[in-house]
Amino acid sequence: MEGLAEAARNALRLIFSGDAALGGIVLLSLGVSLSAVLVATVIGLPLGAAIGVGRFPGRRAAVVLLNALMGLPPVVVGLFVYLMLSRAGPLGSLGILFTPSAMVIAQTILILPIIAALCRQAVEDAWLEYEEQLRSLGATGLNAALTLVWEIRYSLLTAVLAGLGRASAEVGAVMIVGGNIDGVTRVMTTTIALETSKGDLPLALALGLVLILLVITLNAAAAYVRDAAQRRYG
Amino acid sequence: MGLILRLLLAFCVVGSASAQPRFITVASTTSTEQSGLFKHLLPIFEKKTGIQVRVVALGTGQALDMGRRGDADVVFVHAKPLEEKFLAEGFGVKRQDVMYNDFVLIGSKADPAKIGGGKDTLEAFRKIRAAQAPFVSRGDRSGTHFAELEIWKAAGIDIAKDKGAWYRDTGQGMGPALNTAAGMNAYILADRGTWLSFKNRGDLGILVEGDKRLFNQYGIMLVNPQKHPSVKKELGQAFIDWVVSPEGQNAIASYKINGEQLFFPNAE
Amino acid sequence: MILPLKLEDVSFVAGGRVIIERISAEIGAGPSTIILGANGAGKSVLMRLMHGLLAPASGKIAWRSTDTARLQAMVFQRPVLLRRSALANVTYALKLARVPRAEREHLALEALESVGLAAFARRPARVLSGGEQQRLALARAWALHPEVLFLDEPTASLDPTASREIERVIQAFDAAGTKIVMATHNLGQARRLGDEVLFLHQGRLVERAPVEQFFSRPASAEAAAFIKGELPWV
Repeated sequence: MEGLAEAARNALRLIFSGDAALGGIVLLSLGVSLSAVLVATVIGLPLGAAIGVGRFPGRRAAVVLLNALMGLPPVVVGLFVYLMLSRAGPLGSLGILFTPSAMVIAQTILILPIIAALCRQAVEDAWLEYEEQLRSLGATGLNAALTLVWEIRYSLLTAVLAGLGRASAEVGAVMIVGGNIDGVTRVMTTTIALETSKGDLPLALALGLVLILLVITLNAAAAYVRDAAQRRYG
Repeated sequence: MGLILRLLLAFCVVGSASAQPRFITVASTTSTEQSGLFKHLLPIFEKKTGIQVRVVALGTGQALDMGRRGDADVVFVHAKPLEEKFLAEGFGVKRQDVMYNDFVLIGSKADPAKIGGGKDTLEAFRKIRAAQAPFVSRGDRSGTHFAELEIWKAAGIDIAKDKGAWYRDTGQGMGPALNTAAGMNAYILADRGTWLSFKNRGDLGILVEGDKRLFNQYGIMLVNPQKHPSVKKELGQAFIDWVVSPEGQNAIASYKINGEQLFFPNAE
Repeated sequence: MILPLKLEDVSFVAGGRVIIERISAEIGAGPSTIILGANGAGKSVLMRLMHGLLAPASGKIAWRSTDTARLQAMVFQRPVLLRRSALANVTYALKLARVPRAEREHLALEALESVGLAAFARRPARVLSGGEQQRLALARAWALHPEVLFLDEPTASLDPTASREIERVIQAFDAAGTKIVMATHNLGQARRLGDEVLFLHQGRLVERAPVEQFFSRPASAEAAAFIKGELPWV
């Protein structure tokens, strides 16, 4: 219990210390996870929506697969991306291993199924209400899917936030493809892992609290934006 | 929407900008990094040459594998037989000694195997096995793990056959392994550098040290550009040359924790 | 010209039950057609078959020309509107019909004016009253100036005042030359708006006659019973 209270005090001290190194780590964490969320959203929402409204052979298998991929272990994704981007691998000549770009790629792969699967479910539910009318107006396939995505955009925000949560929290993927290089690819989760392995548990715990606070702040901001937009646009 | 796209573009630019400064990738070990040596050493080199050194810290085995794959320009590890194998396979150009530090045999104050204060590591290991006292092993193909295995062999113990429930093969880095040892009051072989900066000691302390067997030699190699043309051979060689130069060697010697020197330069 | 619409021996089965049984009819241009019948007679299903939302289990449904996409529209009992402004709902339908962007807004405003909703153009569609929403649905269907307008019990969910407004709009469209095909079980409405009646009973087309003749001298026993049993809504 005291450990937790002390960690809370340390966390506050860290936040207000204005430590440049910590600031850099926080910015990098945000940059990597938000970028991954952005790419995964741009790909995942249309993908999930298309499966949600589509009727094609193998659709059920696609739904099952998409749901199952939500449980991809981060470390496995990291390993896969590492082998792809390694100099000894097929995409080695890109030279992006051990850079933030590799981390964004790994996290995008990790959270894409989450965003797509949750979107698929929400769109499928909405399709029950909208199908007749949209088909009557001549909207089918991708057209209808994208219309629905925009229509239920506030509900989909939850799917996006789920992706953001997963990306901010994971350490396995970014550790392997980023290499936890000081000043280049060190993010909050890998820093916490490092400090834990060095035995500096109070610091690790304090950093953990900072990370949690960060994610809560992001979620609160999203909720605020959503409410404001809903009030304006109905 | 437009704002988000502009931010993303800016981030991508920043992200790729990190590829612009001249830099090399060095595969080294977790113990070296966690000792804090790089934080002390690298800024000196970077200021002098403008070359950024990016260290990926893994176990010795993994670090050498990274070199084999061509994902690193330089490898800087501490397991001479493994390094010589790497060289013999043609993945390295030349091996040079850089520095040494020592291992220490750590155990709880209770010391069930009664090895405290001894000077003979082999005897200590035999006593631990006889007492079947808990012993935590790195188990991760690191330099430290390798050294531990060599000691068991030299003590006449076939540890692969002889290990019982008392031998905890954790497959972890030095820090987590120390955490585990602290948690179960076990014996563990650790490098002095990590031990000195390890904070979660619990009941543990140094029981055996100073034995020549615990001597831990570090070597540095350039990854062979003939095997991997992508290796930055000029920049990598510049780093190696500096590390073995009088200036680099002095920088290594000047690194201290609580006034105690961790690494002893011995390049030729 | 996409009329006449020919139905040949059309049947529809769902859940093991025969909903529409071998209906043959020709729907021609000119008189407004009322599909009349009790609840469960199959009116809604027949409407959807004609509009093209459902495919018949057997038989043929054929328009005069195959390119009917934007030339027939449907308004449902409960309007399904998008979470956008009233105007945007109409421009959405125009966009689906590939009306050039420059023309969409003024065509949409015209449509809103024709149903008396021009003042609500920028309001979120979902905050409009039931009657206003249905008028918006009518405007949306009308905006493309379809040849045929299908209406499936358009006033069944509305109060008498709102119903009156909808009827006025439908009459205006009829006067402007649009072919009206409307399903209802409301005898008064049928008399007010219709020129001819197709009477359905348990999925079969039992009687077809001009409206006055149908009500004063019903030829079939089922029609007579229906007229007597149903209370006319005025």
